[in-house]
Amino acid sequence: MTNVPVEGIKIPDIAHPEPQNNWRKYFSFSTDHKVIGIQYLVTSFVFFLIGGLLSMVIRAELITPPADLIDRTLYNSMFTMHGTIMIFLWIFPSLVGLANYLVPLMIGARDMAFPRLNAAAFWMVPVFGILLMTSYFLPSGTAQAGWWSYPPVSTQNPTDSVITGEFIWILAVAISGVSSIMGAVNFVTTIVRMRAPGMTYFRMPAYVWTVLSAQLIQLAALPALTAGAIMLLFDAAAGTAFFNPEKGGNPVLFQHFFWFYSHPAVYVMVLPIFGVFSEIFPVYSRKPLFGYKVVAVSSLLISGVSVLVWVHHMYASGTPGWMRMLFMASTMLVAVPTGIKVFAWVATIWKGKLRLDTPMLFCLGALLMFVFAGVTGVMLASVPIDIHVNNTYFVVGHFHYIVFGTITMGMFAALYHWFPKMTGRMYFEGLGKVHFILAFIGTNLCFLPMHLAGLHGMVRRVSSYDPEFAFSNVLASLGGFLLGMSTIPFILNMVGSWAQGKPAPDNPWRAIGLEWLVSSPPPVENFEALPIVVSGPYGYGKSDPLVENAAALKEG
Amino acid sequence: MTDATAPTGAAIAPQVTTEVQANDHAHPDLRVWGLLTFLVSESLMFGGFFAAYLMVRGAASQWPPEGTEVELLLPAINTVILVSSSFVIHLGDVAIKKNDIGGLRKWYAVTALMGAVFLVGQAYEYATLGYGLSSNIFANCFYLMTGFHGLHVFIGLLLILGVLWRSRRAGHYSDHKHTGVEMAEIYWHFVDIIWIVLFALLYILTQFS
Ligand code: HEM
Ligand SMILES: [Cu+2]
Repeated sequence: MTNVPVEGIKIPDIAHPEPQNNWRKYFSFSTDHKVIGIQYLVTSFVFFLIGGLLSMVIRAELITPPADLIDRTLYNSMFTMHGTIMIFLWIFPSLVGLANYLVPLMIGARDMAFPRLNAAAFWMVPVFGILLMTSYFLPSGTAQAGWWSYPPVSTQNPTDSVITGEFIWILAVAISGVSSIMGAVNFVTTIVRMRAPGMTYFRMPAYVWTVLSAQLIQLAALPALTAGAIMLLFDAAAGTAFFNPEKGGNPVLFQHFFWFYSHPAVYVMVLPIFGVFSEIFPVYSRKPLFGYKVVAVSSLLISGVSVLVWVHHMYASGTPGWMRMLFMASTMLVAVPTGIKVFAWVATIWKGKLRLDTPMLFCLGALLMFVFAGVTGVMLASVPIDIHVNNTYFVVGHFHYIVFGTITMGMFAALYHWFPKMTGRMYFEGLGKVHFILAFIGTNLCFLPMHLAGLHGMVRRVSSYDPEFAFSNVLASLGGFLLGMSTIPFILNMVGSWAQGKPAPDNPWRAIGLEWLVSSPPPVENFEALPIVVSGPYGYGKSDPLVENAAALKEG
Repeated sequence: MTDATAPTGAAIAPQVTTEVQANDHAHPDLRVWGLLTFLVSESLMFGGFFAAYLMVRGAASQWPPEGTEVELLLPAINTVILVSSSFVIHLGDVAIKKNDIGGLRKWYAVTALMGAVFLVGQAYEYATLGYGLSSNIFANCFYLMTGFHGLHVFIGLLLILGVLWRSRRAGHYSDHKHTGVEMAEIYWHFVDIIWIVLFALLYILTQFS
């Protein structure tokens, strides 16, 4: 009998998680970490485009010395919103999205520890993103005090509005903070408590170590920013004077709060990208990660030291000499665990059988630019140099080599590398390479000349400047526009490949890792049976199996 | 502290169980872990306020400034109430571990009452102090810190009331299933510890300067 009468089948009344392979799930309150991961990534990319658009306007204004394109007030709003969007709505959420997708798969868990908390944390991102955007429609306009929002600039209210752009800004950053703390609680609990049998700490991929280190920083340092933001809000809206020296407050106190968080925050941003390097280099060099244990532990060391260096952003804020010395030393100390990692990556690639696919190209480019940013970082850490160049374009150049050259490029590497896993489709290699070339040239053309301008004294956050700096700025603007263009092949590639790319096999890169043992894309709940891990994460060139029960992980 | 045998998420809401069934794999209950990591973070936020307070205090010539002195008797009584409520709530936890729902309800109700008295006491203190949030830098700190702490007491109170509400249903909590009870207790201890530091900073340190 082959024809079973339909009435005869008892359909269970609980909605069983059918393979909901339709786009609607991405607009639902899904609790699947993979759906949430992609929701984060796509949402943050939209904000990346918005923030990028603002930077195009900034670069268009700066291509000529006089302030001739937009009003100065609008210019202030532009760089404030650009920085805020890029940090709080692109880098943070995209990294959380990637970690959301990868961490449970990599440690052999079926989901995060708190799936509903996870979904709630994600949905706060569009909420505060849109909230921030609404400040464009206020009579006061958006916040204009830069992404660091120092008082007394940030507590001004020239339009005498009830609700100012700054007020909305603080609110948005506060919601972002709540979302981040929820995420941090979730990640730390997941990594500590939900690893598969046999997945010891020293069998976790280095990426998971970096996520753990980054999220521990969030737990320890983000509360400082929350406290500072609350006091700023009270100062701006409720008549208190925490940061007002006329009434016994102290404006430098805010800087301490801000940087106590925001310096470690740069490591929250860069650590997961270090993790991406540690995953991608071995795959495309066919060699184990050099010094895996040291690389893993150095992430925690970086986290530890990173909370002890924040005053290097305040050398010029009336900081006493002994304190400058102390923080100069601690800042330079960060370079040690960081240098260890760079050494390990280079040793990993060294004499490997390099395969220059797009993810590898992005990683190599990002590593190169990271080394450069590290050099300018150590320069800035040294007090005599910083006194000369603080608040100039040298600083802008330094941190853009990090936030674009390293973090954003590294994020692209990760997106290409795990795209087949996430979507079940291959991307187009040719478009990927075009993207890389445009982005690599664009980044260097845009941000390298800034160092020159800064060394010669061009201050940041101005819309007009001395014609002496015109040459650097023309180059930077051209590079900026090139960067803007470089997103076009990327978007075409992602959209086109997801719609009609070649179907991807389970493990297109012959990579080692739990995520590559399940289908592309993995099913809801990831593993049919929990993996039993029997060896370390980077067995390239060896033939040890990673798990004992590879066949049982997949359904059917 | 947690008992690993507790069925997944059952203490939060009934629909959790169905969700878990739908996914047909058990999901471990790590809520106590999550709460503890969260509280570490929370306490650091209060740490930020404490640091700010100490910094402005260090820079002031007179602390508290003229006209914004603090009351001592009422807050001291309030402190005794809050600190002892931490012991009372623990009796509730001990009771449920012996499967004594009545005991749980009794002690949690007493704790809730003590928390409410604390909040009323604080409101009375605010009303009679004679200065407000924006009077001077000391008042800024005083209201910010006690206000934030009060908010936490209020949230703790809601958690306790939530436990009381759920415990109406027989079998909702038992000797091997009481994560929700424990989470409320942990939170309440946290609120208590923060208060002790606050009391020292705002009421005791202000007596000598
Ligand atoms: C690893 C990732 C890094 C990131 C994401 C990063 C990011 C940043 C950012 C955003 C700023 C600008 C702050 C502002 O003025 O608004 C900055 C400034 C600075 N960075 Fe980095 N940086 C990184 C690495 C380093 C390293 C390795 C060092 C030194 C060892 C360093 C030292 C500095 C110093 C001293 C400043 C302050 C310059 C000033 O404002 O006068 N950075 N960095
Ligand atoms: Cu820094």
